[in-house]
Amino acid sequence: MAATEQTVEQVRAVTEQKYKYGFTTEIESDLAPKGLNEDIVRFISAKKGEPEWLLEWRLQAYRHWLTMEEPTWAMVDFPKIDYQDSHYYAAPKAAKDKPKSLDEVDPELLATYEKLGIPLKEQAILAGVEGAGDMPAVAVDAVFDSVSVATTFKKKLEEKGIIFCSISEAIREHPELVRKYLGSVVPYSDNYYATLNCAVFTDGSFVYIPKGVRCPMELSTYFRINASNTGQFERTLIIADEGSYVSYLEGCTAPMRDENQLHAAVVELVALDDATIKYSTVQNWYPGDENGKGGIYNFVTKRGACRGRNSKISWTQVETGSAITWKYPSCILQGDNSVGEFYSVAITNNYQQADTGTKMIHIGKNTRSTIVAKGISAGKAQSTYRGLVRILPKAEGARNYTQCDSLLIGDKCGAHTVPYIESRNRTARVEHEATTAKISEDQLFYCRARGLSEEDAVGLIVNGFCREVLKELPMEFAVEAQKLVAISLEGSVG
Amino acid sequence: MAAIATLKDLYETLSPGLPGAGAAGLDRLRADGYARFLSDGVPTPKVEGWKYTNLRDLAGVSLAPAQTTAANTDIELPSVAPGKTHRLVFVDGVFNAALSAVGTLPRGVTLDSLRDLIESSPATAAEVLERFPAPKADTGLRVGPNPGRGQSGGLVGLNGAFLAEGAVLTVGEGVTLAQPVEIVFVAAAADGTWHPRLLIDVAAGAEVTVAEHHVARGGGATFANIVSGVRVAEGATLRHAKFQEEAETALHLASVTATVAASATYETFILTTGGRLARTDVQVRLEGSGASTRVSGAYGVDGSRHADFTSLIDHVSPNCTSREVVKGVIDGRGKAVFQGKIIVRPDAQKTDGHQLNRALLLSDTAEIDAKPELEIYADDVKCSHGATAGELDEEALFYLRARGIPADTARALLIAAFLDEVAGEIGDAALRAYATARIQDRIGRLTGITVDAVDAAVEE
Repeated sequence: MAATEQTVEQVRAVTEQKYKYGFTTEIESDLAPKGLNEDIVRFISAKKGEPEWLLEWRLQAYRHWLTMEEPTWAMVDFPKIDYQDSHYYAAPKAAKDKPKSLDEVDPELLATYEKLGIPLKEQAILAGVEGAGDMPAVAVDAVFDSVSVATTFKKKLEEKGIIFCSISEAIREHPELVRKYLGSVVPYSDNYYATLNCAVFTDGSFVYIPKGVRCPMELSTYFRINASNTGQFERTLIIADEGSYVSYLEGCTAPMRDENQLHAAVVELVALDDATIKYSTVQNWYPGDENGKGGIYNFVTKRGACRGRNSKISWTQVETGSAITWKYPSCILQGDNSVGEFYSVAITNNYQQADTGTKMIHIGKNTRSTIVAKGISAGKAQSTYRGLVRILPKAEGARNYTQCDSLLIGDKCGAHTVPYIESRNRTARVEHEATTAKISEDQLFYCRARGLSEEDAVGLIVNGFCREVLKELPMEFAVEAQKLVAISLEGSVG
Repeated sequence: MAAIATLKDLYETLSPGLPGAGAAGLDRLRADGYARFLSDGVPTPKVEGWKYTNLRDLAGVSLAPAQTTAANTDIELPSVAPGKTHRLVFVDGVFNAALSAVGTLPRGVTLDSLRDLIESSPATAAEVLERFPAPKADTGLRVGPNPGRGQSGGLVGLNGAFLAEGAVLTVGEGVTLAQPVEIVFVAAAADGTWHPRLLIDVAAGAEVTVAEHHVARGGGATFANIVSGVRVAEGATLRHAKFQEEAETALHLASVTATVAASATYETFILTTGGRLARTDVQVRLEGSGASTRVSGAYGVDGSRHADFTSLIDHVSPNCTSREVVKGVIDGRGKAVFQGKIIVRPDAQKTDGHQLNRALLLSDTAEIDAKPELEIYADDVKCSHGATAGELDEEALFYLRARGIPADTARALLIAAFLDEVAGEIGDAALRAYATARIQDRIGRLTGITVDAVDAAVEE
């Protein structure tokens, strides 16, 4: 079968494709000594000038972490991580005294974000022309290694009462909100990586949308790991008060390095009555080279609580990067009539491994959840969907629909589906469907017959396969994500 | 489970009296089994494959052999074709020659009680026993280093430690057995345990139908721990149906390991309606090109009973087909578990694997836990699974009621229709008819509506 061979050939060509975000930026950084102990936890807390209760919480988490074992149930293989061989705090030195505006930000840093093509270019508007003509649609919080370096459009948002800042700033400026919600969705004892994050998290974003406010622009955080031998542990907390709406997007990149770097983030979302949070991720950490050397270990805990009636949390993720992805954005559907959604595209190539999925916990009446997961495996990659749908006895009229599709490109990769379905309510309806197949020869032939090159055809088909998910992304990023889907399988594809 | 010390006593007391004790082969098999039980133990919910089924009930169970009364010839036996089968009967786990009726077997076919086989030649028996595949502890290629993933090793070990009773069927090359073989287990004792071993060996090109019954005739809180080994050689066909209809106080744990060679077919149907806790763990390995399997199951639980259907279909070779349909009805505080995994190994190109699991919840306290799983390493495959859970379709009920059918009858009718699809998976007409009747009997007990009433309602 010529087409099959060619497809394989194309995938092989991918390996020659360069990771375009693989540059390093020469920025002096302020590093904590290597290793992890209570002193490091205290050091991080002191650096951040944190209140006593937070330090105590960190230490409690650290002590609990020591008693825990790394989870081994995921279908991922990697050498044991030496947690003492990493810096747990790295900050760009120039940013030590937090810049008042982007003008004061280290030009090297700005250049970095420019290279990344990140909407930080809105800096021009912020720094220069006050109230520039076309209103940009995105406010950005940029996190470089462990520290938030800049947040755009804060003023504009403040007018509406919206708080969008780094979590460190929120701890200083809005301690009551942070204290009330931090750890309320993902407790400090939740799992190995989340507990580690509680102990050593350095920065991340904080969002609070007041009652009845519809956030006028997309909020976005860009995470960049730059320094070597560091782990990045960011913590994001988003609270949507009654009747509010917010759409949030995160993107992530890292330089190409031979070593594996750990990224263990925690994201907590809280949606109160009638509130909606839409959370989109385009994850493009360095995936390692074609021989599986280097790349980010992306061990992330993301969970949203639909606490209020009629609340809604929607996760959309496009996962193309990281050597290993271990991530299950989940929804706890507590409020009656609340809605959880999970739309995911996970693309693995070369030696990448992804074990990702979601949990939908139906507690309230008439809660609804939708899961659409698309996994694409190429090269020698392994991709797993792992999910849980749990209907508790009080969840009258709950409804779940799950669809997991896997596409295999080449005969050396794997695609797996591990769903758990638990229903304890008669009136609940749960439906799950999963399929695995390869790119159909007929589709390829059809496209080729219409003059498309083989690689354009594969790109088109793969994008079509992911369409249901990509269309959930905010407009500004849908195009970027489509390109990314193509690039990830590239050399060739798309 | 009774303390291991008690079991140790039991093992040491019983071993010397087991048939073939002292013969090297059998002693070793039993010692291996005992060692495996000691190392793997009784599975707990921490073991991935036993996440949803808790064996804490075993603690109160008498592990001593059931005290069976002398041959009782009055026992009414179930049969898929009364008087027209080759039949072996076991009462409380012990072979009962008086009730058995093997009849005339064609040349090349043997059907023996394992005890008889051991007593006539322990060496041959050991050889036969070793010919069959043991269930694998690991159920996938990429299991993590977590040893807790083992399946039923401890229980299989326990069966091996007390190996004595069971049935051995061998069908020679090219032989087609016209009459089905029936293996009937009757529980008559108030309590006690048995560990039968069932071995079915179908040689190339042969064809046979086997019906396995587990019924209670006065039996109480008994514990059956059954291990089956199945080999289907090239081009052969085995149709294997199991009807588990024990007392509602019984414990039933079974593990079936089947290997299917090139162009061979293994069809298995499992009905689970009895037992306070019943689990069947089926592993089918499709080892030769063109092999196929059909695994189907129907269950009904009520009260606070528990039924577990666990399967692993392992596509080792290319061009194999598998199809699995499991459906069940859960009422009262009943709980059902479905775990079904399909593995497609790297060389198993052109695999066609399909799986469907549906559960009907009839009460507010019923529970279903399902885990349909795919693990795929070959690209040119078609694999899918579907799973649903929910209650009876309100609109369908309304439709029937609008046509004058009483609510209870309408419910019974819809449940019957729901389960009927599973019986439809059975290729053999006589087996299918029997399975349908047993399912309807079960629905009658669940809903209080007899099949006749349903038929009458439909005819009106």
